[in-house]
Formats: sequence, C-alpha cells, structure tokens
Amino acid sequence: MAFLKIAHLEKSFGTTRVVKDFDLEIERGEFVSLLGPSGCGKTTVLRMVAGFETPSSGAIIVDGKDIVGLRPNQRNIGMVFQAYALFPNLTVAENVAFGLKIKGTPAEQRDARVKEMLAMIGLPDLGGRYPFQLSGGQQQRVALARALAVQPQVLLLDEPLSALDAKIRVSLRTQIRDIQRELGITTIFVTHDQEEALSISDRIVVMNGGVAEQVGAPFEIYNRPATRFVAQFVGTLNLIEADVTLPETGTVRIGTTEISLGRPLKPGRVTLACRPEAVSLGLADGRPLVLHAEIGEVHFLGAVIRVQARAGRTTLSLDTFNRPDTPPPAAGDKVQVSISPADLLVLEA
Amino acid sequence: MMRFMSWTAFLLGSLIFILPLLGMTEFSLSMRRGVYSLDAYMSVLSDPVFRATFSYSVMMALFTIVFGVLLVVPTAYWVRLKMPELRPVIEFITLLPLVIPAIVIVFGYIRLYNTSSWLPLTGSTMGTNILLMFGYSALALPYMYRAVDTGLRTIDIATLTEAAQSMGAGWVQIFARVILPNVLVAVLSGAFLTFAVVIGEFTMAALLNRPAFGPYLQLVGANKAYEPAALAVIAFAITWACMGLIQLVTRLSKHTRAQR
Repeated sequence: MAFLKIAHLEKSFGTTRVVKDFDLEIERGEFVSLLGPSGCGKTTVLRMVAGFETPSSGAIIVDGKDIVGLRPNQRNIGMVFQAYALFPNLTVAENVAFGLKIKGTPAEQRDARVKEMLAMIGLPDLGGRYPFQLSGGQQQRVALARALAVQPQVLLLDEPLSALDAKIRVSLRTQIRDIQRELGITTIFVTHDQEEALSISDRIVVMNGGVAEQVGAPFEIYNRPATRFVAQFVGTLNLIEADVTLPETGTVRIGTTEISLGRPLKPGRVTLACRPEAVSLGLADGRPLVLHAEIGEVHFLGAVIRVQARAGRTTLSLDTFNRPDTPPPAAGDKVQVSISPADLLVLEA
Repeated sequence: MMRFMSWTAFLLGSLIFILPLLGMTEFSLSMRRGVYSLDAYMSVLSDPVFRATFSYSVMMALFTIVFGVLLVVPTAYWVRLKMPELRPVIEFITLLPLVIPAIVIVFGYIRLYNTSSWLPLTGSTMGTNILLMFGYSALALPYMYRAVDTGLRTIDIATLTEAAQSMGAGWVQIFARVILPNVLVAVLSGAFLTFAVVIGEFTMAALLNRPAFGPYLQLVGANKAYEPAALAVIAFAITWACMGLIQLVTRLSKHTRAQR
C-alpha cells in the first residue's frame, strides 16, 4: 500500500467545487509535484493534507492512518511556505528549534539537531541571526531546516521558490531535491512553474479545474501528455490542423503532404501537436512531413535559438542548438521544416 | 513660502500647548514667595493620601492592562485570523467608549450591578474595584484595540500560525510563543496608553467612590493653590514618561528593526 494515499478528495467553498474527486498515491520517499495554473486546486489539496482546510469529503491516509480528523499540529507533517513564515522574534537557531521545543526535546538533543540542520542547509554560522538579517534564499533554507528538524513523516512545499530570483531558484531547488533524497522524506511540492516541476520531481500531477488531468514521470508528462490541457500547459506546443484521409491507418493530409501516423484515427479533422525541438530546420532522414515556411521572429536564448516559422496559416516554433559556426536564420528567409510522424501527438477534443 | 507657513503653524501650535504648561510649572514652583522652590512637590509627595491614591491607581492600571491584554489580543488575533468580516463590527464596538461619556457607562454599571441586582458588585470593596477595572478597560479599549490591531497588521499572522501548527504547536503555544512576542511592542503601546488613561481618570472612580488618583487631584485642586499645579505637572510627567517608554521599547526591540 502507498505511504500517502489521497482518495476521492473533494473540497467546496460555498457552491464552488475547487477540488473534485482527487486521487493520488505516493510511495515512501517519493517527490511528487502538483503542477497547474492559478486556481486549479493544487494549493487546496496541499492545505488539506496539512490540515489547514477540511475536506468536504474523501480520505487522506498516511502510513495506513486516516488523518482527516486530526488537527494540523497532530499530523507530524512539515510545511514550507512561499512567504518563508519564519518567526521574526526568534533567531535562526531558535526558529529551527521551535518544533523540537514544542515536542519537549531535551536541550542537548535540541541543540545538536539544530546544528545538524543548519549544517545541512549550508548555514552553520548563522544561528544567531534574525530572519530580517538573511536574504530570501537563506530564509527559505532556514524554513526548510525548521520544517525538517522535527522529522515529519511528510514534507509539503507550497511554492517555496516563487518569491526568489531566478538564479537562487535554480540552485535552491537542486538543494531541496538533494536534501529530500538524502533524508528519503516523502514530499509534495506545489508549483505553477513547469520547469521546476519537470526538473526535480519523481512524478508530476498536472491539475486543472480541481481534477488531476495526468499523473506521471516528467518524461511521460512532457512527451506523452494524456489530455489537450496537459499538452498545452506543459512546455511549448505547435498545433497543426490536419484532415484524416484514411482513418484505419491514421493517414492525414497536412497542406499537400500526406503522412501516416501508424494508428487509427476518427474520420474528419484532427489537431496534431509537436514540441519545438521535434521540428527541424531543413530536410532530414525519417522526417517525411515537410512544410514550406517563412522565418518570422528569431529569439536567441543562449544555448538554444527559438525560431518562429510561418507555414501557411500555421505558425511553428522550432528550437535549434546554437552553433558558433552557423548563424541563425534571418526573418523573412524561405525555409523548409521537417517533422517525424512519431513526434506528432493527436490531441483529443 | 510653504516652509515659512509650516514653521509658523508649528510655532503657533507649540505656543498653545507649551505656554500653559510653562505657566503651570512656573506657578507650581512659586509656593515660597520670591524664590522658586519644590515646596509644592514636597507637600504633595509627603501627603499620605497622595501615596495611597497614586498606589491604588497604579494597581488598578496594572490590573486593567492585564485584563485588557487578555481580552483584546486574543480577540483581535482571532478576528483577523478567522473572522475578518467581523472587523468593522469589532472596530465600531471598540470606538463606543469614545462617544459614550464615562458618566453614562458608570451609571449603567451602578444600575446593573447595585446591591439589589442579580450580580451585586457594588456591595463589596472587591466587587466595586472589579467594576471599576471593567470601566477602565472600556475607556482604554479604543487605544488598546487599535494599538494591538496595528501590531497584528505588520505580521502575516495566518502564515505564522500555520507554520507553528505544522510544527506541532497548539493554540496556547502559538499565542504565547509566536503571536504575543511579535506584537509585544504594540501591546506595550496599548498598555502605556491604558496606564495614562487610568491614572488621570476621575468620573468613574469618583462615582464608584474609590480612592483613586483622579478624585484626589480634584480634591486637592478645590482646596489648595500650588499643590494642584504640582500634581498636574506630575500627571503630565507620567503621561510623557509612558510615551517615552513606548518609543524606547520600539527602538530596543531587535526583531522589529528591519520593519522600520
């Protein structure tokens, strides 16, 4: 049985159902991200696990015990907040020791644990400082140490990196993942940043309108999105309209080119999708779908160059690696772009 | 031009406030003919009734502060945390003592809690003292509530409460270890204002016939010349000392430095 099981979880505020029949099973030590746009219900799910919101119905089972009836302080679930939530009147060491003090841990053990935690987050010498004397990244690391000091059975991270600048965000998310792996703590991470979720999660739950649209590993979510929403929300997507000419073999016509997708399709019109990295500039072996296009915008992103190419009424984004000996195409250039049928996703309505 | 007008307004205001004070202080020092002396102050301070009434008012102020803190801080915290929609109602209630005269409140008390009522508080000294403390608390409510509410506004109480809960803290621990220490400066501001209100209060203490400092001031004022001025200066000094203490506590509070 899964270590953390959420079954048929529902939450309504007045007449608005914000979480609908939400199911999720998380194994011990797993790092699962709840990813979705604002208002999709991801934070509400997290807050129900923490005990800050009461579910309208459903069960939250941790290590075989239903915790829905327990108060937040009885659940032994640690939480890190977007706004750090360090106690301003306490020093860093006192903040980390707070939960241990509440538990009645003897002073010696407490001090040792605080030292261990501060060393773990790389701030061994800052125990005497107050939160206002720390940077945002340091404060969030202290918040993480504070949440972990009491050895919670589950760690909840509520958009902990949102308030930080880009560089700190990347380094801190790596540090969070390293610490989580080292401690083997079951973790739920809420974010609206797909790059964050894709980079550090064992599994991702993509949420929309209060339901889990897809649960899977980052590779699966990105490459095999189960729904149109997942496909469009995670990563950049090119949409290509096609006519199904032979439904049994999945043959479609795009412009004047006919290709077989190798799987049966419903007759009529179909929306195909592909990632920018699946579109090649020029002709290539194994890419029979060739479109004539004109270069529009060219965005130099450093290692990658993102090019907009207009093929008829379809605008395609394509990514190419930057090579110092090959200058990027210029706006207005007439080019051919090619795509492999294997990279085309069929989006259900 | 604007600068000149500002300074003129400031100086005019200062004259209105400072001149009477200077005059009163000068008068309080003039008991001995021809020379300035502290005779009026010595006379007041050596009066056993002064000591008794002042001690009584200080004690009442302390009890009022304790009661006010226990009443206002949890109320303001709970309203902000769980019932924000009730804030306008609570604010209105806390403003009532400013528009209802003390004499109305005290007559209401006497009517409700006299010796033939269901709760005869005025029937004993202790009961009357308790009634007076409630009256003082009502008078100080606007100041205490506003001070505490302003303090609570400066911290994210919802998130701090949840953070403490997630670490195993119960409501009493959250209140004592997280909320109260973080609004301590505001609570102290409210406490000093309460102290100043109680020390000079006359109506309630006089009508409930309690030996407080306010009625003593009136009594001395009616019968002596220089001592009332000395007492008024002492009362001013106490009020200003309270204001100074509020500033001092705010400055000395380490964790609030970043917020300034």
